[in-house]
Amino acid sequence: MADKKLGAYICKGCGIGDRLNADQLAMIATREGKVAFAKQHDFLCSQDGIAMIQADVDGGEVTHMAIAACSRRAKTEAFSFDNVAIGRANLREGVIWVRPDTDEAKETTQEMADDYIRMVCAEIKYMELPENSGEQERNDRILVVGGGITGMTAALESAKAGYSVSIVEKSENLGGMAARHFKRIPVVAPFAAPQDTGVEALIAQIESNDKVTVHLKSTLASTSGAPGRFEAEINKEGSNVTEKFGAIVQATGFNPYDANQLSHLAYGSTPDVVDQLGLEKLAKEANGGAIKRPSDGKEVQSVLFVQCAGQRSDKEGELPYCSGHCCLTSIKQALYFKNQNPQVDTIIAFSDLRTPGAGGEDFYRAGQDNGVTFTKSQVKEVTANGGSLTVKMQDLILDEETSTDVDLVVLATGMVPNSGVNIDDVQTEDENGQPVEPKPRYDANDAILKLDYRQGPDIPQLVHGFTDSHYICFPYETRRTGIYSAGPVRRPMDMKQAQDDAAGAAMKAIQALENAAQGRAAHPRSGDLSFPDFRKEGCTQCKRCTVECPFGAINEDEQRYPQFNEGRCRRCGTCMGACPVRVISFKNYSVDSVGQQIKAVDVPEEFDEKPRILVLACENDAYPALDMAGMNHMEYSAFVRIIPVRCLGSVNTIFVTDALNSGYDGVMLMGCRKDEDYQCHFVKGSELAHIRMSKVDDTLKQLNLETERVQIFEIAITDIDRVPTIINDMADTIEKIGMSPFKF
Amino acid sequence: MTDIVATNQTILVVGGGISGMTAALEAAECGKDVILLEKNPYLGGRVSQLYKYFPKLCFPTCGMEINFRRIKANRHLKVVTMAEVAEVSGDRGNYSVKVKVSPRYINENCTACGECSKVVETEFDDEFQYGLSKRKGAYLTFNMAYPQRYVIDPRLIGTADADKAKEACKYDAVNLDMQEEEITLNVGAIVWATGWQPFDANKIQPYAYDRNPNVITSVELERMMDPFGPTGGKILRPSDGKEAKDIAFIQCAGSRDQNYLKHCSRICCMATLKQCTYVREKYGDDGKATVYYIDIRAIDRFEDFYRKVKNDSNISFTKSKVANITLDKATGNPILNGVDTEGYHRYSNPHELVVLAIGMQPSVDFQSLGLNVNVNEHGFIEADPESGMFAAGCASDALDVNRAAQSATGCALRAIQVVNQVAAAEA
Repeated sequence: MADKKLGAYICKGCGIGDRLNADQLAMIATREGKVAFAKQHDFLCSQDGIAMIQADVDGGEVTHMAIAACSRRAKTEAFSFDNVAIGRANLREGVIWVRPDTDEAKETTQEMADDYIRMVCAEIKYMELPENSGEQERNDRILVVGGGITGMTAALESAKAGYSVSIVEKSENLGGMAARHFKRIPVVAPFAAPQDTGVEALIAQIESNDKVTVHLKSTLASTSGAPGRFEAEINKEGSNVTEKFGAIVQATGFNPYDANQLSHLAYGSTPDVVDQLGLEKLAKEANGGAIKRPSDGKEVQSVLFVQCAGQRSDKEGELPYCSGHCCLTSIKQALYFKNQNPQVDTIIAFSDLRTPGAGGEDFYRAGQDNGVTFTKSQVKEVTANGGSLTVKMQDLILDEETSTDVDLVVLATGMVPNSGVNIDDVQTEDENGQPVEPKPRYDANDAILKLDYRQGPDIPQLVHGFTDSHYICFPYETRRTGIYSAGPVRRPMDMKQAQDDAAGAAMKAIQALENAAQGRAAHPRSGDLSFPDFRKEGCTQCKRCTVECPFGAINEDEQRYPQFNEGRCRRCGTCMGACPVRVISFKNYSVDSVGQQIKAVDVPEEFDEKPRILVLACENDAYPALDMAGMNHMEYSAFVRIIPVRCLGSVNTIFVTDALNSGYDGVMLMGCRKDEDYQCHFVKGSELAHIRMSKVDDTLKQLNLETERVQIFEIAITDIDRVPTIINDMADTIEKIGMSPFKF
Repeated sequence: MTDIVATNQTILVVGGGISGMTAALEAAECGKDVILLEKNPYLGGRVSQLYKYFPKLCFPTCGMEINFRRIKANRHLKVVTMAEVAEVSGDRGNYSVKVKVSPRYINENCTACGECSKVVETEFDDEFQYGLSKRKGAYLTFNMAYPQRYVIDPRLIGTADADKAKEACKYDAVNLDMQEEEITLNVGAIVWATGWQPFDANKIQPYAYDRNPNVITSVELERMMDPFGPTGGKILRPSDGKEAKDIAFIQCAGSRDQNYLKHCSRICCMATLKQCTYVREKYGDDGKATVYYIDIRAIDRFEDFYRKVKNDSNISFTKSKVANITLDKATGNPILNGVDTEGYHRYSNPHELVVLAIGMQPSVDFQSLGLNVNVNEHGFIEADPESGMFAAGCASDALDVNRAAQSATGCALRAIQVVNQVAAAEA
């Protein structure tokens, strides 16, 4: 941008003009904030006010504007102008609404507003409009890893929207696990009978679709790049081809749990105990005729299904979770028998029958209507008994042990996600608990995606090996932008859910490549065009930014300098917070745009008895909580100066030491919850901030300052009552320990 | 309203809860033009009325803040509140939709300063709080209500209070002459994200919801937990305002029952397990919860949460469909009567408060709207590959928040397919 033209607009509406001296604010903006002009308006967000600003923008009068009015969360759409940098000073929710309207409060309230004017002027002075990085590439092809029902559906759904797809499938056929099923759980009303899997039709559609390319007997040898410019080496029977992609869907499915571990249920010792896939095989062979038992080919007259076999268990080697689909699958399989011959005894032994939703309960009823017996029993043991099988159970209703003889036993075992390697399985300590250079415990050759990311060759797992999102509201949140997992690799699920999931993941993949083509961030900072920039000459190649990036966005080049990948970046600023030499910044959010706000505050002299407390607040949770405290007119100390930050992870310790050196009496950091149920939207930002701040204690000691002067808090967006309290507590603490000696 | 531009390459999303917001945002962030209709004066739907989500026990407003920020930043997305679909005609790629927009009586000038609310005295039952408390006739529904603009209750119009509200507003934001409008939108695809409503607990007569004030529903308990809710974040007995520390939860209240909803509402088991933790959160070791259930449906990794709750010695589980609830007149305690099927023991258990894990049914009667969609006997829309109309979230099945958002994301793609095909045909 050629010439920066700075201007300020001060709103006097909503009581701002009544409570504050707006002329003084305007004077501070021009004299101290060095903006070219400061215009006042009685009602800035009105059509008239907006037209006034727009005219200045159109006339080239202003390129960087300070809007001193309500919170940045209010009237956001009204105060949005193209091609200008905008800073907001929160005089309403952040000043007049949190201060009593009394004579004695007037002075300190005005000082609060004065400082927010100084801060916003400093901020815009150091803000730039994001520029094009030149990295943007458009690639309309999606890589789908896995050719099962999930992968095929993702491919077809993407193709229908106009995008091309390559499927990489390791086996020699499409269809995956679904192809091994005789029929599927019904997906349309009346949800009464097993229905065709549709796998053959899907394969036919894939084969006739000119937008879809299929690589069978293929795996990935490497995946590099970023959304919009991924490059995958596909290994097909020993030879490699390289293709470029805009985004990736991982639909690598699951492996059946190894039932050989369930010896007490006689799996492996007699062929007449099968798992659910084993029963599908028998049903396929029977093809609508009588199902025969494997040992002697006798038509099965009685069959017992053991639910939760090796699942929902805390035994070593068994699965702790529920696979979700197995109750419905057993009902479906019982109906294979009943529909062919109603005389066959079919017993389902369960502890909780889990058939959720509309179709689930209907299908359960269909099972009951067709004479399937459901018994709330725990199967203790299955033994081969010359020709038949004896099943010992604890009947949980009658509370007694029962025993029954059947021809065939089906174990409803669980799904084990096929998610490659667990990249978090890294050795960081030796056997004596001493820290060592981090070393993966996994074999990188076992990875599926073989990503060239510093953070590891596969995508992170959530729990039990599944690659699900950590966030309830955002099921396709991913820590590897542009790579989305779908189907049972993400979460245990049946075919219908897997197909729905495939559409969702395809949607996100398409969005990722569209965003990448324009240099736009994915959510939570959707549409952000800024990206981290680093000053190479200052960089010490310490690698902290590459290590700490929660999204694996930063690689290292041969000289170990960071290599930013814009498309992967989520613009949280964790790298900016990490950098010990402060060479990483964004155009519109930088070490300076924050640091200069801190320095802009007018720190009164010690004998004024007016402490200054800096609050750095996460813009997603803490800042809205502060805003809502304002909306509810809850009062808090006039001594705080609040700066919203993208994430606490973006807080560089220099902000804290600078503040203390400038005479601030206290610093409060407000971020999100950081434990295993973390709420930080950038995964590790809050946690990293806590780690960094624990090191600030040393600095405080060096400066001979009390450690209470710097405090970090976990704040939820609902902590509306709590934020004023902790601010006031901090103000009390400062009063107790006294003013900082570092005032000038 | 005149500034709404729609073409057959526009996607219409009906319903601004988590599903609708998700579908609208995912499509709009792909560069598609989207119109999002919401019948309430605010976005957020049912999730804005929840205290916490299972299984993370995190706050719904946190994700909502992100979604609101995405909406504010997106110029492809146009939000119309207080709007309901009256009629739909046409076909995939070319629908004509008549929309009725109710008057808010407050225009875009509103700064949410709150002056109108201060002067209004008339109060009405607060539907956001399920009638557990009152609100003023000029109001902002909740702290995070978006659009951040007040509303005037239509019942206030014509009263002196309405004039007072008008006078109090310095910004000409109050317009008492606003009329209902009808607009017609031409769109290419429609996503129905109309969500769910709690089953009418009065219909479950044996549970005495209409007779015993200390029988409440799960959605009401969510409101009680909100520090800004009707009880200031306390679990209070409606009969006497005392803190309720011994709480019974009845599963499948209205669900899995031929007399009421035949389907399983999916969320209620996990919702109850979550609410058991509320009792412990509020009252520590004094809090006691008893769950009366048929099957605990904590599927996939939710099992971890179930295990954690089950291991809490203050929380117990009784496998039983409660037969009826009677009243202990002396204490106001509801008494649950039934048979514990594990061992067939008859019980008659008093508790201080009963929470009905109330079933989920579609908000909209799609059949009566005369839509050309497949509606199953439970009232949910079933997928139809030929249609340009799609059901997202709880319009398609009983779903939890995570699955609703997932379903909505998939629906966004299906809607994009339609408008991309329209665009390709017109190119």
